[in-house]
Amino acid sequence: MKLRNALCAATAVSVMAAGAAHAENLVIATVNNGDMIRMQGLTDDFTAKTGHTVEWVTLEENVLRQRVTTDITTKGGAFDIMTIGMYETPIWGANGWLVPLDDLSDGYNVADILPAMAGGLSHDGTLFAAPFYGESSMIMYRTDLMAAAGLEMPTAPSWSFIAKAAREMTDRDNEINGICLRGKAGWGEGGAFITAMSNSFGARWFDEDWNAQFDTREWSDTLNFFVNMMGDAGPAGYATNGFNENLSLFQQGKCGMWIDATVAASFVTNPNDSLVADTVSFALAPDNGMGVRSNWLWAWALAIPAGTQKKMAAKQFIEWATSNGYIELVAEKEGWANVPPGARTSLYQNPNYTSVPFAQMTLDSILSADPNNSTVDPSPYVGIQFAAIPEFAGIATEVSQEFSAAYAGQQTVAEALAKAQDITNEAMEAAGYR
Amino acid sequence: MATQHSRSAARLMMAPAVILLLGWMLLPLTMTLVLSFKKYLPLRGGDLGWVGFDNYVRFVSSSAFWPAVTTTLIVVGGVLIITVALGVLLALLLDQPMWGQGIVRILVIAPFFVMPTVSGLVWKNMFMDPVNGFFAHLSKAFGAEPIQWLSQASLPSLIMIISWQWLPFATLILLTAIQSLDSEQVEAAEMDGAGAISRFRFIVLPHLARAMTVVVLIQTIFLLSVFAEIFVTTAGAFGTKTLTYLIFQRVLESQNVGLGSAGGVYAIILANLVALFLMRVVGKNLDA
Amino acid sequence: MARTVTTHRKILTTLLAWAVGLLIFFPIFWIIVLSFKSEGDAIKTPIQVLLSAWSFDNYATVQERSDYFKHFSNSVLISLGSTFLGILIAVPAAWSMAFVPSKRTRGILMWMLSTKMLPAVGVLYPIYIGFIRLGLLDTRLGLVLILMLINLPIIVWMLYTYFKEIPVEILEAARMDGARLREELLYVLTPMAIPGIASTILLNVILAWNEAFWTLNLTAAKAAPLTAFIASYSSPEGLFYAKLSAASVMAIAPILIMGWFSQKQLVRGLTFGAVK
Repeated sequence: MKLRNALCAATAVSVMAAGAAHAENLVIATVNNGDMIRMQGLTDDFTAKTGHTVEWVTLEENVLRQRVTTDITTKGGAFDIMTIGMYETPIWGANGWLVPLDDLSDGYNVADILPAMAGGLSHDGTLFAAPFYGESSMIMYRTDLMAAAGLEMPTAPSWSFIAKAAREMTDRDNEINGICLRGKAGWGEGGAFITAMSNSFGARWFDEDWNAQFDTREWSDTLNFFVNMMGDAGPAGYATNGFNENLSLFQQGKCGMWIDATVAASFVTNPNDSLVADTVSFALAPDNGMGVRSNWLWAWALAIPAGTQKKMAAKQFIEWATSNGYIELVAEKEGWANVPPGARTSLYQNPNYTSVPFAQMTLDSILSADPNNSTVDPSPYVGIQFAAIPEFAGIATEVSQEFSAAYAGQQTVAEALAKAQDITNEAMEAAGYR
Repeated sequence: MATQHSRSAARLMMAPAVILLLGWMLLPLTMTLVLSFKKYLPLRGGDLGWVGFDNYVRFVSSSAFWPAVTTTLIVVGGVLIITVALGVLLALLLDQPMWGQGIVRILVIAPFFVMPTVSGLVWKNMFMDPVNGFFAHLSKAFGAEPIQWLSQASLPSLIMIISWQWLPFATLILLTAIQSLDSEQVEAAEMDGAGAISRFRFIVLPHLARAMTVVVLIQTIFLLSVFAEIFVTTAGAFGTKTLTYLIFQRVLESQNVGLGSAGGVYAIILANLVALFLMRVVGKNLDA
Repeated sequence: MARTVTTHRKILTTLLAWAVGLLIFFPIFWIIVLSFKSEGDAIKTPIQVLLSAWSFDNYATVQERSDYFKHFSNSVLISLGSTFLGILIAVPAAWSMAFVPSKRTRGILMWMLSTKMLPAVGVLYPIYIGFIRLGLLDTRLGLVLILMLINLPIIVWMLYTYFKEIPVEILEAARMDGARLREELLYVLTPMAIPGIASTILLNVILAWNEAFWTLNLTAAKAAPLTAFIASYSSPEGLFYAKLSAASVMAIAPILIMGWFSQKQLVRGLTFGAVK
């Protein structure tokens, strides 16, 4: 490490001598997922190009959220760049806590960012965070098990087909579950999944006067459908399974289908990690014939807190990390299947990438998600698997805990919904919406 | 008189330290009190003015409040019972002559040094995971269906994890106490024909009373504020939300600092009630 | 009359005690084992895990991903610093409470302990803002101060119970001999108080080392100790048992080893005045 720092410093000195701006040391808070950890390994490329050095603060998702939220609301300035999502960006941008990214260099080509991503990371048309990778959700399924069940997956299936296929594919003796879905408490885990699913059942979080809607038939249909299907065809203990647990199950060949983030496609098709890499195919997330699919939209993005003293260097880093140049760097080292997906239009026009099996389905899923019209009935909020208001994370975490307790059989679906209704209305009252 | 003189000199010398200490510790308490009367929402601009007792009313009337109090008492009570009971047995065992006593003692106290975060993560993933965890493998080896520890037996699992961490502490204090037991008294009782159980009941147990009080008191202080173990295992789901966790949820997840601070004041009140209760019931033992 | 113990009984006790000891220690043993395995092997059945190949790869990976020694040295500095600062402040206070007690001493002690039950998260925002103003955010000094503050009640209480055990007669005798306060402290009481102070230090180093709320929330890159180090290994994508085990071992090993070496000393201090 010392040696590396010394090398960095040496590079910095030489760059400075060449006439560049003076070198800064950037502190970046980020989440501990595979793509971000890969980026940490490639930081030397950034240092070599600009002379700036980077210190990483890598945290687990929930801890990261706490940590950066405390810092941004108090203008603490502990970080020069923060890794945040599509939920935080518009709220923080509206509060003036983030540096607008409206003067990125021409070479960066802002127009190349997928419109869905740019839209979700903007407030009033100003971009506040640059997407490192973007995702929607889709079905990943085992072609061999589907064939064995005598079924064929349509490219745009319905929930009733999925439930039927899940039950057919289930083979308890061989530890094969027809379907693996998130049941874990947390607004970004099971909460995100069930919310996106409920959209396709015609449910919504709030009516136009911000009244909670958990007492509606649509929500009860959603939750009952989910619980019944998972009870028949889901893995044991699915109430504690999140993204990571399901990924691990799918990679071990214990799931027939898995509906989750499109970024998972590169992990389940990677033969180094996945036992079923050869037999995975993809389809759009299911719908219920109501005109809305159950896929979400999300991006992990890099933003600059307004409190930092190092705006210029931070912008240089963001331009480096979210550029086509970075994508090419990863492709060169790890292959095209492992580049950060879902952020740039040009990636999906690149012949090297379009041959990757999940590329087209990822793009189609992203394009079919619309945060501004996410529900069948009109709703007052923006966002698909979340409502972009500051109170949502807290409320949805509690609500999803009630749901998970229902998944685990500790209470009935009706009880969970009744509690969810109370929790949400209470919190909205406290926040002054109602 | 010299003694009188040095007494007041001592008092004078110590006074700044005591005052500093008290002031230093009043600081967080005062801040909590002030915030609890404010509408303080960091995501909506921070301090939005005084709201009287609104936060207090809202915190108690929330549907999550009473379950959280119950959960807190169950967790604290459960861990206390387990650690004291097992602690006494373990202390009695370790007091017996044996080979390798030193090493056994080291093995027993080891969990006390493990960070709560690490302990939570290790138990959750490597042991209680229903697919790849150690217990799951164990049940499968016996042909049984693996238990969903953290969802279907959430509170017992949590109590087990925390007890594992605190058992060494209880054992050590109780062991030290047992070792100070007058062995002649025990032998005399033995000669009088007292059986092992009545020796334990009438000689050992009373002797341990004071040590047990200390264990209960110190552990209660730490157990009431248990947080990391819940955060990394269930994150408050499946009925494991304690009062401390509920306050965390209000402050950091819902970003309502005023509401959370009111909860903090309730937590102090609860803590003092528990302390008062303990002092009444077992506190006599503490007075020298 | 000395108690006679049959060898038979000693064997039984030994077996039982070792079984219990190993059972309690098992979780730690198991993560040590897993930390030397590949991710793929770490999720297999226990027998398969034991039989699979051993390697140091996980430690190398963890070190490459996050600078262990930076976090380690922060942990050492913060836990030692806060403990010594705490002792410095607490000794005079505990001293006066033990030797010049007033009617309120007991009440003050209980009240101090009860402030430990104040949920830390409630004051996160004011403390955070205060730290920004004072320039203490992400500094080791800031953490030393805050950990000293939260452990102070325990330190004072432990020292108080210890000092109370020192017989007052010795003091009186010294005073009769005309010893002045300074001499009284230096030559009479200090030697008797050293063991108590030593075990207080040990316990508080452990508590400070394991503190995971403030150390995580008040640091970024520079002052982050091992608690922050471990926060980047819980549930990343894919399999992670082996890496998590290695990181866990690295985080707890130093304090575990310190605890083992000093356990005799620690045991004496842990009595909290429980033993008369």
